[in-house]
Amino acid sequence: MKNMKLSGSDILVRTLIDQGVDVVFGYPGGQVINIYDSLYKYQDELTHVLTAHEQGAAHAADGYARATGRVGVVIATSGPGATNLVTGIATAFLDSIPMVAITGNVPNSSIGTDAFQETDITGVTLPITKHNYFVGSIDELEETVREAFVLASSDRPGPVLVDIPKDVQTAMYEYEPKQPYQKDPKNAAKDIRIQEAAKTINEAKKPFIYVGGGVIAGEAEKEVLKLAEKVDGVIGCSMMGLSAIPTSHPRFLGMQGMHGHYASSVAMHNADLIIALGNRFNDRSTGNLSKFAIGTKIVHIDIDGAELSKNVPDTNGLRGDVALTLQKLIPLLEQKKNPEWQAQVQKYRDEEAQRTDTRPGMTPRNVIRTVNRHLSPTTPVATDVGQHQMWAAQSLEFRNPRTFISSGGLGTMGFGMGAAMGAAYGTGLRTVLITGDGSFGMNLNELATAATYNVPVVIVLMNNGVLGMVRQWQTLFFDKHYSNTTTNRKTDFVKLADAFGVKGERVDSIDGLDQALTRAFEADGPYFIECDIDKDEFVLPMLPPGGSMDDIITDAKAGD
Amino acid sequence: MNSFTIAILVKNKFGVLNRVTSMFRRRQFNIASLNVSETETDEYSRITVISAGDERTKDQLIDQLYKLPDVVSIKELDELTSISREVLLIKVENNPETRRDVLDAAVAFGAETVDYSKASIIFQLTSKRKKIDEFVELMRDYNIIEICRTGVGTLERGGDTLRQAINL
Repeated sequence: MKNMKLSGSDILVRTLIDQGVDVVFGYPGGQVINIYDSLYKYQDELTHVLTAHEQGAAHAADGYARATGRVGVVIATSGPGATNLVTGIATAFLDSIPMVAITGNVPNSSIGTDAFQETDITGVTLPITKHNYFVGSIDELEETVREAFVLASSDRPGPVLVDIPKDVQTAMYEYEPKQPYQKDPKNAAKDIRIQEAAKTINEAKKPFIYVGGGVIAGEAEKEVLKLAEKVDGVIGCSMMGLSAIPTSHPRFLGMQGMHGHYASSVAMHNADLIIALGNRFNDRSTGNLSKFAIGTKIVHIDIDGAELSKNVPDTNGLRGDVALTLQKLIPLLEQKKNPEWQAQVQKYRDEEAQRTDTRPGMTPRNVIRTVNRHLSPTTPVATDVGQHQMWAAQSLEFRNPRTFISSGGLGTMGFGMGAAMGAAYGTGLRTVLITGDGSFGMNLNELATAATYNVPVVIVLMNNGVLGMVRQWQTLFFDKHYSNTTTNRKTDFVKLADAFGVKGERVDSIDGLDQALTRAFEADGPYFIECDIDKDEFVLPMLPPGGSMDDIITDAKAGD
Repeated sequence: MNSFTIAILVKNKFGVLNRVTSMFRRRQFNIASLNVSETETDEYSRITVISAGDERTKDQLIDQLYKLPDVVSIKELDELTSISREVLLIKVENNPETRRDVLDAAVAFGAETVDYSKASIIFQLTSKRKKIDEFVELMRDYNIIEICRTGVGTLERGGDTLRQAINL
C-alpha cells in the first residue's frame, strides 16, 4: 500500500488493525463519533463490541488481555465516558495487565476551557496508567498509538491511555502501514546476581517457591516446575499466580496468604528460603510485614526492579525476565533431596485435609467443586470480588495458565461480567463467571451485552443476600454489627436475566446445579444460574488483617 | 534521615514535571529542594531533587523514577564528585537600628546587595545549600520580609554528563 492521506480517526483504526487487534470494546459519544465512523468503515477487519457501560468495556478489554496475553483495547468518549473507564484502568494497572484505552476529547481549541464533556483524563489517569498520552497533533498520532502498544505489553505490562482531541481525529495526514509492533526485548538478570542467588538457593533445606502473576505474564510455568524439581521444593502462589501451576501438581500447595490454603501459608512461613517469582509481596499475601518471613532468606526475581525489596527486604534481588533468568539459574543449582522438608510439608497437608469442609449440600465449596466437573482444561473462569472469589480461588482446579480471570490488586467488585465476556471473545471459548449478589449487582447491566452478542458466558451467582466478605469481618472483628451489609433486596435475578434476554434458572441443590450446568454448557449463548448460599458461610482459613501466621483463623462460627 | 541529591534528565515535553512530582506525591517521597532547568539541548530538561531517606528509600525512588517513560537518565550526585549551587534572594527590612549588622552579615557571607530602598534591602547569595540555610537563619534575627530560593542545581565535576548515562 502506498502512502495515502487519511483522517486521524481512520489512521487510528488502521493502526489498530495493523497492530493485530481483532476486537475492541467501547461505547460511542460526541467526541469519538469520528472514530466510530472509521470503525463503521473498517468493520470487516475490526469487530467492535458495544457494552452497556464504559466500565464494562474496560473490564472486557482487561479480561481479553488476561485470557490471551494480547493487548486489550477499549474506546470511550470524553468526559464521563473517559471517567467511567477509570476503575477498569486501575484494575488493569494493579494487576499489570496490558491494555490500551483510547479516549476522545474536545478539540485542542477548547482544551482547558471546561467545555462540554471535557475532562483532563490524562491528569486523572496519571497515577493509574503505566503511561498516558495526549495526542496534541495529527503528526504524532500513528507513532503514539504504536508506542502505546509497545509500552503496554513490554517489561511489566500495564494499561496505557491515549487521549485524542476531536480536531486530531478529523485532520488529514499521511498514513504509512507498518509491521505490527514488537515488544521490547526481554533480558535475564545480570550473571553475577544469578550466581549469588544460586549460592543462596544451594544452601537451602526448606525451599518454598512463591509464584506470582509475573510467572503467567512472563510465561515461565515450565521453568518454575524445573526449578521445583531441582531444589526439591514446594510451590505456592499469590492469587495472581493462580493457574500458572496445575492444581493437581504434587508439589503445588495452592494459594497462600490471607485466605490461602493452610499448607501453603504454613509452608511459606516455615521455609528457610522463599524463591519469589514475579510477585510483589502484597499485604494480602504477607500479613503483618514485621512478623513475615523472619529469618527466612528471600530470592526475588522480578522484571520490575522497583519491586525488589519494596515491601520485604530480599537476600538476593534479581531484576529480569523470570523465564530467561530461571533458564540461566537452574543449571547453577545442585540437585537436592529434602526429605525432611517434604515430610514436614506433608504434615501440613494432612492438617489441612483434616480441616477440609466436607459438609454435604449447597456449601460454597460444593458449588465450586460442581463447577469444576464441567470445566474443560482451557475454560477461562472469571470472578467478581468477595467471598465467592476466595472460594473460587481456593477450590477451582486449574490445568492451564490464564484460566483464572480475577481482580487481585484492586479487588474490583463489578469486574466479572465485563471480564468474562472479554475472555470469551479473546479465547473463543465458553467462559464461566462465578459471582456474588453484591458484585453482580454492580455491573449486571452487561447482561444486555451478553444477550445481544450471544456471548457464551455461564454465570454462576452465589446469592447469600449479604455483602459476605464485609459481613465476615463484622462477625469476627466488629461485634456482629452488620452495618449495611444485609442487602434486603427484592431482586428476582432469574426474572432479571430473562428481562435482559438471558436464559436462567435457580437451583436449590448440588444435583440441581450439576444439571443446570450441563444445560448451561450446551446452551447457545449466555446462561444464568442462581444458587442460594447461607449468609454466614465463612472464607477460611483467614489471616486477620495485620496478623501473622500465629493468628490464623481456621475455625469460626457465625450467626446473628 | 540522610539527605541525597538526584539529577534526572527528562524528555522536554509538556507535563513531564507533573509526571515526576506526581510519582513523588503518590509514593510519599519527600522533596526538600526541586530545580527544573533547560539543558544544553532542546530535547531534554533537567530536574534536580534533594530528598531524604535510608538506602532502601533512595533505591526505591530511583527504581520508580526509571519506570517513567519520559525519564531518560538518573544519577545520584554527591559533594565529592559534583558542584552544587543554589541562588537565594532575601528581602530584609531596612531598619536604621539593624542596618549595620545586616550589611556586615551579608558581607561576611559574600551576599550581594541587589536592591536597596528606604524600606528594604534585597541580597542575592549564590552558594551551597548549607551556607544559604545558615545565612537565612542569621537573618531571622532581623525582619525578613520575603524569601525566594531557586532550589539546588548540580553538575558533575570533570567530563561526565547525565546524557552519558542514557539507557543504563
